[in-house]
Amino acid sequence: MWGGSPGPLGAKAPPRIDGNAMASLSQKDLLSVEQLSVDDINLILDTAESLREVSARPVKKVPTLRGKTVINLFFEPSTRTRSSFELAEKRLSADILNFSASTSSVSKGETLLDTAHNLEAMAPDIIVIRHEAAGASHLLGRECRSSVVNAGDGMHEHPTQALLDALTVRSVKGRLEGLKVAIIGDITHSRVARSDTILFHKMDADVWVCGPPTLIPWDFDKLGCTICRRMEEAIDGADVIMMLRMQVERQNEAFVPSTREYYNFYGLTRERMRLAKKDTIVMHPGPMNRGVEIDSDVADADYSVILNQVANGVATRMAVLYLLSGNAGLKLKRSSR
Amino acid sequence: MQLILRQGRIVDPTQKLNEIADLGIEDGRVAEIAPKIRTKGRKEIDARGLLVFPGFIDMHVHLREPGREDSETIETGTNAAARGGFTAVVCMPNTQPVNDSEAVTSFILERAREVSKIAVYPVGAITKGSQGKTLAEIGEMYRTGIVAISDDGHSVQDSQVMRRAMEYSLLFGLPVIDHCEDKDLSSGGVMNEGFYSTKLGLRGMNPAAEEIQVVRDSILAMQTGAQIHIAHLSTRRSLEAVLRVRKNDKISISCEVTPHHLLLTEAEVCSYDTNTKMNPPLRSEDDVEALVKGIASGDVDAIATDHAPHNINDKMLEFDRAPFGIVGLETAVSLIYDRFVRTEIITLERFVQLFSTNPARILKLQRGTLAKEAWADITVVNPELSVEVDSKQFVSRSRNTPFDGWKLQGGPAMTIVKGKVVWS
Repeated sequence: MWGGSPGPLGAKAPPRIDGNAMASLSQKDLLSVEQLSVDDINLILDTAESLREVSARPVKKVPTLRGKTVINLFFEPSTRTRSSFELAEKRLSADILNFSASTSSVSKGETLLDTAHNLEAMAPDIIVIRHEAAGASHLLGRECRSSVVNAGDGMHEHPTQALLDALTVRSVKGRLEGLKVAIIGDITHSRVARSDTILFHKMDADVWVCGPPTLIPWDFDKLGCTICRRMEEAIDGADVIMMLRMQVERQNEAFVPSTREYYNFYGLTRERMRLAKKDTIVMHPGPMNRGVEIDSDVADADYSVILNQVANGVATRMAVLYLLSGNAGLKLKRSSR
Repeated sequence: MQLILRQGRIVDPTQKLNEIADLGIEDGRVAEIAPKIRTKGRKEIDARGLLVFPGFIDMHVHLREPGREDSETIETGTNAAARGGFTAVVCMPNTQPVNDSEAVTSFILERAREVSKIAVYPVGAITKGSQGKTLAEIGEMYRTGIVAISDDGHSVQDSQVMRRAMEYSLLFGLPVIDHCEDKDLSSGGVMNEGFYSTKLGLRGMNPAAEEIQVVRDSILAMQTGAQIHIAHLSTRRSLEAVLRVRKNDKISISCEVTPHHLLLTEAEVCSYDTNTKMNPPLRSEDDVEALVKGIASGDVDAIATDHAPHNINDKMLEFDRAPFGIVGLETAVSLIYDRFVRTEIITLERFVQLFSTNPARILKLQRGTLAKEAWADITVVNPELSVEVDSKQFVSRSRNTPFDGWKLQGGPAMTIVKGKVVWS
């Protein structure tokens, strides 16, 4: 099944889609995990796994995307995701243009579409976008020839985060199916919760979502998970515990009385970890609020794979960029009435 | 006679009429309806195979003038109405400046006299600037020609202000048109709250925001005796609330629904197409089912478009940032005819009641009937007309419709106002 055709690394080829000379995703853009098939997900994870090795080399660079241009379009402050994408692009030898809202014409009132069309005129191959409005990457994907990668859109999705989470779990556990994955915290405002739930459900994991009822949006279970209110229920027998950031800045919107009370009911402490399985792993997409949703001695314990997530982030994004790099201009299949 | 329509099917519920006949017009008024009019008209129209209705009235539109003439003007909006088969429109006061004074009301009426081929009835604001604080000069506007009061989208939040407005409306017998929305509950929302808002990561507007205010205002209406009309009612529970209080004969309450709330659900938002963003938002399948049942049973009084033109620049934005609203004047009649009349969900009589008889009754307009001596406002529909919605063909200044490309059968063939063919 693993053909000897040219892959991103030359000799050590990543998996390829049968019949295609070069492995690629079947769509132009990566906008959500919802649009990915199980095959797509496996392809990305397998490719990421083989690309992880690049970051372990003394010279951390392959020529795979040489001559390709990637634009990083960040409308929201981001350190982790942005540096992760940037590093991934550099390790693949792409040419990079960084564009952030505060230093651009966006602050002069330019619309998203105008910004996009202007950038598009410079003929990039891939545009990576982070935006505070849900659906912003869809708008871009619809209007642009370039492949668009969603690096987080409002409360909607953060597909590369979910993919790197899956890669992290798969690397430690050897599989995804059948695992109990507990996602705990502020679900309402979390695009990671949505992407993770959809992806782990697609991969046949048993997803449990837990948080105060004020922070779980309506019908969230229809995304493919069990909802529970008590944290103990979520942790019990879990293989993976995914803690989400409590957005402290939302405190005055009356979702929870105080961070103190939140910690008492939903903080991951060593005490609560006793309910978990022996080989449970703890994850967090960051940035963490130590002492709010997670205690330091849990975050830094050896069952914590939080830093593995960061390392896998680079490999996952390399995989996504590689698999989309030939897709600019692909026609979208539009449903018509 | 000035004009004779020969052998169309004339449907007028005010006269329990549904038959093929001739209709003669003289001096802008209906002169005669008879199986065969012997005299010759100065102008004659062969209406064989066509449906002849009392003129359709859209009781909820936004004409944007004064203030946002880049999106619509009284001229383009009324032309769009005529093309869509409407002989009269009722325009909401959220212009810039707000229609909260005699001066703005008379500007609108004067402008309409100059440029409009159809009738324009303005609605005055309830409160100054639609700020929800103090009553606008309703009496002055009444004397100038408003037919109702409403703060529309700036729904009155303060219950005491709403109570005073209802009491004050009694002085002039003006209906209060009520956009029901508890802004605390809907605040920040851009679509219906439910599974789809969860999935799409868009802030939801709790349907209870509408329902709570329907209940609040129906109680106030019962207490004050004011006549209220619920605008663009959109949920099952809102309709149930209206029906519950209607059993009490001390209340005069009516309601309208829009074509889009009858034909689309919140699932349409999945494309993040800003033409699926409106307020009230597209609701659930269950809500749509209740509204459709409502137009069929007559529980819903009227269909109004909530025609809300927005310049393309305003709509080509992120979903969160785009304004609420879609245009409706040029699609409503075809949509409702094709999807509900042709499918026999509603009868021709009900069709006419929803678009003509009831809007006229609710707003006490001297329209909505083809009785002898009534103004000859007539909507002629061709039931066989093939229509493909093409927003590029709109005469409205805006194109924001979610129905582009829909293929429909049946549509307006001719619009006659006071005996004059204003569109065909």
